[in-house]
Amino acid sequence: MHNHIFEKYVPGDRSSLIALLQDVQEIYGYLPQEALKDISEFIKVPLSGIYGVATFYNQFRLKPLGKNVIRVCRGTACHVKNSANILMALEMELGVKAGDTTRDKLFTLETVACIGACSIAPVVNINQEYFGRVTVKEIPKILKKYRQEEALKSKSEQSVSVE
Amino acid sequence: MLELTINNIKVKAEEGMTILDAAKSVGINIPTLCHMKDLFPTGACRICVVEVDGMRGLTPSCAYPVTEGMKVQTNTPRVRIARKTIVELLIENHPQDCLVCVRNKNCELQDLSETYNVREHRYCGEKKDHAIDISSASMERDPAKCILCGRCVRTCGEIQKIGAIDFTNRGFYSTVTTPYNIGLNVSDCILCGQCILVCPTAALREKSSSKEVMNAITDKTKFTVVQVAPAVRASIGEEYNLPLGTNATGQLVTGLKRLGFDRVFDTNFAADLTIMEEATELIHRVSNNGTLPMFTSCCPGWVKYIEQNSPELLPHVSTCKSPHEMEGAVLKSYYAKKMGLKPEEIYVVSIMPCTVKKFESGRAELSQDKLQDVDAVLTTRELVRLFKAAGIDFNDLPEDKFDNPLGDSTGAAAIFGTSGGVMEAALRTAYFKLTGTELDNLALEDVRGNDGLKASTIDINGLEVRVAVVNGIGNVGPVLDEIKNGTSKYHFVEVMACPGGCINGGGQPIHQKPEKVKKRVQALYEIDSKMKNRRSHENESVQKLYKEFLIEPNSHVAHEVLHTTYVDRKKILNN
Repeated sequence: MHNHIFEKYVPGDRSSLIALLQDVQEIYGYLPQEALKDISEFIKVPLSGIYGVATFYNQFRLKPLGKNVIRVCRGTACHVKNSANILMALEMELGVKAGDTTRDKLFTLETVACIGACSIAPVVNINQEYFGRVTVKEIPKILKKYRQEEALKSKSEQSVSVE
Repeated sequence: MLELTINNIKVKAEEGMTILDAAKSVGINIPTLCHMKDLFPTGACRICVVEVDGMRGLTPSCAYPVTEGMKVQTNTPRVRIARKTIVELLIENHPQDCLVCVRNKNCELQDLSETYNVREHRYCGEKKDHAIDISSASMERDPAKCILCGRCVRTCGEIQKIGAIDFTNRGFYSTVTTPYNIGLNVSDCILCGQCILVCPTAALREKSSSKEVMNAITDKTKFTVVQVAPAVRASIGEEYNLPLGTNATGQLVTGLKRLGFDRVFDTNFAADLTIMEEATELIHRVSNNGTLPMFTSCCPGWVKYIEQNSPELLPHVSTCKSPHEMEGAVLKSYYAKKMGLKPEEIYVVSIMPCTVKKFESGRAELSQDKLQDVDAVLTTRELVRLFKAAGIDFNDLPEDKFDNPLGDSTGAAAIFGTSGGVMEAALRTAYFKLTGTELDNLALEDVRGNDGLKASTIDINGLEVRVAVVNGIGNVGPVLDEIKNGTSKYHFVEVMACPGGCINGGGQPIHQKPEKVKKRVQALYEIDSKMKNRRSHENESVQKLYKEFLIEPNSHVAHEVLHTTYVDRKKILNN
C-alpha cells in the first residue's frame, strides 16, 4: 500500500527519512512497523535509527488514531487554571493515559504544549471544536456528545445495511 | 603547525586538532564522556567545556578545532561550576546504588563525582524508571543507569555497523534502546559486547554466570573442568595493575586451581584441533569444487550475524564448532570415557574474553543428547571478581602449568585470540597438508595488523590461495556483497566480530587506555614466537586424540563431535 512513495526518493539517501515518514503517515494516519522496516531497507539506516526519529518528533505517531482526537492544553496559563486535573479526569473517564487510544478506537487522548487560547484557559480541543474554561464536572457531558454521535452513526449504518 | 596558549602554557598544535587533544599533549586533562577517539565529535555531554577568549559561551573542547593565537582556559571557576553542575544533574537522575553495582570503582560517573568534589545532593527531581532488559543470554541492559553519552549507540552503529540500539523519544524521556523497546534477544544485536566496553556506567553489562559456576565447584557430584581462551591470559593482568600486554598464563592457571576446579585445561588445545578440522575442510572444499569462499566459524558473534542477516550464505561458513565448544565436546566424550566419568558428571566452564560465547554455549546445536558441550561461560571480568571473592591474590601467585592432555598447545593456537590469527594458523597447517613441507616464514605479516580488511595470496604448490581477514563485523558488508553478486575472489575468509579480534572482546577488562589492543596482541604473538611447536599439526596431544578417538580430521566421529549446524535466524526474527 505504501510502496509507491519510494518512487520519489533515491535509495540509500538518509536525508529523505523525515519526508518518507510523513508520506507514510499521510497514507495510514500513523507509522506501521512494516512501513518503518521498508524505509529502513530503502535508505539503509538501521530500524533503531528510524524508530529514534519517529519517536523524537511529536508529529509522528506509532499507533493508529481514534475517531476523535482530544487534546488537553498543558501550557502555562492552562496549568495555572488546573489543566492537570482536567487531564486526570479525562484519563479516568476514558480509561487510557495521555498518548493512548481507547479500546473502542473512539478517542485518542493527547496533551499539547500550548494551544494559544490562553484567555479561555483551561482549554480542551476535540477535533475542530474548542472547549474553554472547562471544569472537571463538564467532562462527562462533553464526551457524551461524541459517544452519542457515534451511536447514531452506527445505527444509520446498520439500517443502510439492512436495506 | 600553529600556536595557542592553554592555561597560559604555549602549545604547538597541528591544524584540525581539537582543543582537547592539544591540551592533552601538554599534560592538561579535560574530562570527557561522549567523546570517542577516531569518531566524529558530537559535543553532546558538555563535560569537556573550556573558556576561549573572545567567545561568549563555554566551548566544548572535544569538538572545537584550535586556531592560531587562541587563548584557552580549562580551569576557571565558570568551567568548574559548569562541569560540576553537569555531574550533579547526571547523578540525580541515576540510581546511586554504587555499593551494589557491578561497576563500583570502575565507573566514569563515580570518577567525575570525585574529581569535581560532589559532596551533596543539590537537586532532587523525578528519576527515570526503567525495566532491566535481561532477555538475552549474554547481556543486560539497565537504562536507569544510562547517562545518555551515546558511546554504545555510536559503537554499535558506526564501528560495528549493526545499529541495534539508538536514542528514542526525547528530553527527560530519552532512552537508548532497541526499536519498539524489544528485548535484545530478538533485536539485531549480535551480543558482541563492544557497547559494554565503552559504557561509562553499568547501563550495559554481561549477564553473570558466577553463581552457577561456584555452585558447581562446591557440588561434590560434579567433576569441574575449566578452560581458558588465548585472549584472557594477555589481558587479565590489567585488572591487577600489571603493564598492558603482560602474559599471565602461569598465575591464571594457579588461580583457577585454587578456585577449586578439578582440572584446568587450555582452549588453545582445541584451537589446534579446530585448525586440523578447518584446514582439512578448506582443502576438501578447494579440491572438490565446494562452496567458496569458506568462512571461519570460531566467532559466535559473526555466526549470529550471518544467521540473522544473510542466512542464504550459511553454506559458506565452516561447519567446525568454535574451539571452546570442541574442547567441551571432547571433554564430555573422549575424556569422560578415559576418566571413567559419565558425561553429565563433567561440568565444563569456559573463561572467555567474549560475551557472545554465553549465548553460544546455550545453542541447541552445540549439545549432545541435550547435554551442553559447555555448561557455563565466564568473561575475564567475572573471573577476576571470583578471584577477589576467593581471596586469591593474583600478583603473588606462583606460576603453574595447564593439566594434560587437553592443556597442550602450539603457537598457532595462541594467536587465535587476535584478528588474523586463525587465518595464519590455518595456513600454516594447510600448507603442510598440501605440500608435505613446512611453511618457512611463519609470520604472515599481510594478515596481521589493525586494518579492517586484510587480504593476501599464498602460493601453495602452484595453487594460489587467496585469503582475507575481516577485522570487526563492521567491515564484513563488502565481502558479503561480493559473494552475493558473484565477484568474490577469495578462497578463505576469517571474520572476527570485535575490532582487533577476541583480544578486544566484549568480556575483557574495561578501561579506555589507548594501545590496549596493540599490547595484548603483541603478548599473543610473543607467546607464539617463543613456542617450540608453532603449527597445530605438531600438537602431540591432538595427534594422540586422533589416534585414539577421532581417527582423522573430518572423519565420521570428528563430524559427530566437532562439527555443527546453523539456523536461519532471519526467519525466526521476522516472525
